Amino acid sequence: MTSKLKTLLAALALATGGLASSQTLLNGSYDVAREFYKDYNAAFIAHYKKTTGKDVKIDQSHAGSSAVARSVADGLDADVVTMNTSTDVEFLANAGVVAKDWAKRFPGNASPTTSTMLFLVRNGNPKGIKDWDDLTKPGIQVIVVNPKTGGNGRYTYLAAWGYAKKKGATDAQAAEFVGKLYKNVPVLGKGGRDATTAFLQRNIGDVLVTFESEVVSVNKEFGEGKVDAVYPSISILAENPVAVVERTVAKKGTAELAKAYLDYLYSDEGQEIAAKHAMRPYSQAILKKNAAVFKPIQLFTVQEMFGSLSEAQKVHFNDGGQFDKLYTVR
Amino acid sequence: MNALISGAPSAGVAPPLRANAKRTPQRVLPGFRLTLGYTVLYLSLIVLIPITALFFKTFTLTWEQFVFAVTSPRVMASYRLTFGASLIAALVNLVFGLLLAWVLVRYKFPGKKIVDALVDLPFALPTAVAGISLTALLAGNGWLGQYLEPMGIKLAFTPAGVVIALIFVGMPFVVRTVQPVLEDAEKELEEAATALGANRLQIFTKVIFPHIAPALLTGFAMAFARAIGEYGSVIFIAGNMPMISEITPLIIIGKLEQYDYAGATAVAVVMLVISFALLLVINALQAWQRKNTGASS
Repeated sequence: MTSKLKTLLAALALATGGLASSQTLLNGSYDVAREFYKDYNAAFIAHYKKTTGKDVKIDQSHAGSSAVARSVADGLDADVVTMNTSTDVEFLANAGVVAKDWAKRFPGNASPTTSTMLFLVRNGNPKGIKDWDDLTKPGIQVIVVNPKTGGNGRYTYLAAWGYAKKKGATDAQAAEFVGKLYKNVPVLGKGGRDATTAFLQRNIGDVLVTFESEVVSVNKEFGEGKVDAVYPSISILAENPVAVVERTVAKKGTAELAKAYLDYLYSDEGQEIAAKHAMRPYSQAILKKNAAVFKPIQLFTVQEMFGSLSEAQKVHFNDGGQFDKLYTVR
Repeated sequence: MNALISGAPSAGVAPPLRANAKRTPQRVLPGFRLTLGYTVLYLSLIVLIPITALFFKTFTLTWEQFVFAVTSPRVMASYRLTFGASLIAALVNLVFGLLLAWVLVRYKFPGKKIVDALVDLPFALPTAVAGISLTALLAGNGWLGQYLEPMGIKLAFTPAGVVIALIFVGMPFVVRTVQPVLEDAEKELEEAATALGANRLQIFTKVIFPHIAPALLTGFAMAFARAIGEYGSVIFIAGNMPMISEITPLIIIGKLEQYDYAGATAVAVVMLVISFALLLVINALQAWQRKNTGASS
């Protein structure tokens, strides 16, 4: 018994000793980015060893984007956060754990990758769905994420609204348009994966509105050719912002490492890995190189249409906002 | 036996109202003050302090904000669904849980041990797994759903699906509270009743039922309480449509996703108060029941 305990202690001491010699970095990120960061971390570790000669260990913590933001705000010692909506980083900036000017710390609004919303339809597109208008037609079932519980859902809603506005609709007409779309929704997913499951595993609905990056994982998960991707004429640009968690790096002394970790996302190698995971790279050269995956599409930003995501949040998604009205006023 | 009926099952949910039921001058455990102190400390650390924190978070809202947060139409609809579905599920469990407990106690059959172990499965299973399996079963292309939906019976992604998930998670509570009481029931009483000319129905209603009623109520209350707070299993099967199939815990999660901590705790407080009031009523019923029947406990 005691000898066993001793070996255990010795092993533990060895293990912690081994850890102490190399720095660790914790990346707080959203669910769907898990596979991307697994690939990216391996590349970064090799790169860091080559350039500085230091070993580094990277841990990942994943959950819904805002769940991660909440736990970081509440004290989770993540060195960096890599999110899928800027509201989540904004929240951390307001909580004082991320620099106020985080968006200016890295190129492209601190977003090394972006994505957009597009449609997944069943193989051969039996209902002939081409654009947002088709989603509001009677008899079409649309699977989307609940904007109250997922960033994916917020972008879907804003994309449809923005589309209507781009076509010259007034706010009232846009509201009517979006209302019609949500009338066609039989199941509101809680998050992106939930909606994908409903569409593919449960065979509900004719079209799934989701992130472009989800298309690759769908093909990987369910086999090629079960679904077709349809690019609408206009869609929204969804940024994937990153930031250093100042509170943690100050405590752990990992500021340099955290910055290097995020900088490397903008390197050609980092951008290539992102492209492989169907996230639109910031680098125009690599975007062009992968034009077959990232079809050119007219994109509008949240800023030009809604001011900012937090602005949109207030008007549309908070309690009593425009989205609630769709369901309570009939 | 005493402990089985009143102590063990009800302790988890609400304190039994029987402090004055018996006066024993000689206590088994010495040092009443010490044990009471320990009890209060433990209860404070584990239950009272977290719940107080919940209330404090809510107090950051003004009264108007609080009322708005907890009475908006979507939230009201979710209360109706959560409490309504929980009540239905608990009632179903009351009937079938008793039946299950009865069969397990009174009959011998091959594989009884396995059936007995299966009862605990909803306790042990991660609720998300339960939700996913139920959805897979009942969805339009699932094993059962593919036969039911052509008949016009749609269960998954409707409030009916919510009830089914809640029945599943609440089932063990009734069985496990009633089972020991039934096991301890004295056969002689039934035999005496038979000897005195009672028929089977009379034996059940006059002899057996009063004996197990308190345990049954406790099981019901626990199944009900569990259903109200249930999230994981329901979320996959509910469809989560505002005003139709959105449970209150989802509203709370939704508010958290908007970083509306105070709003989320406000709804949580309302749930807490309603649940606590319901449990108190059930407890009072139980006490009244025991006094009225003078059950042997």
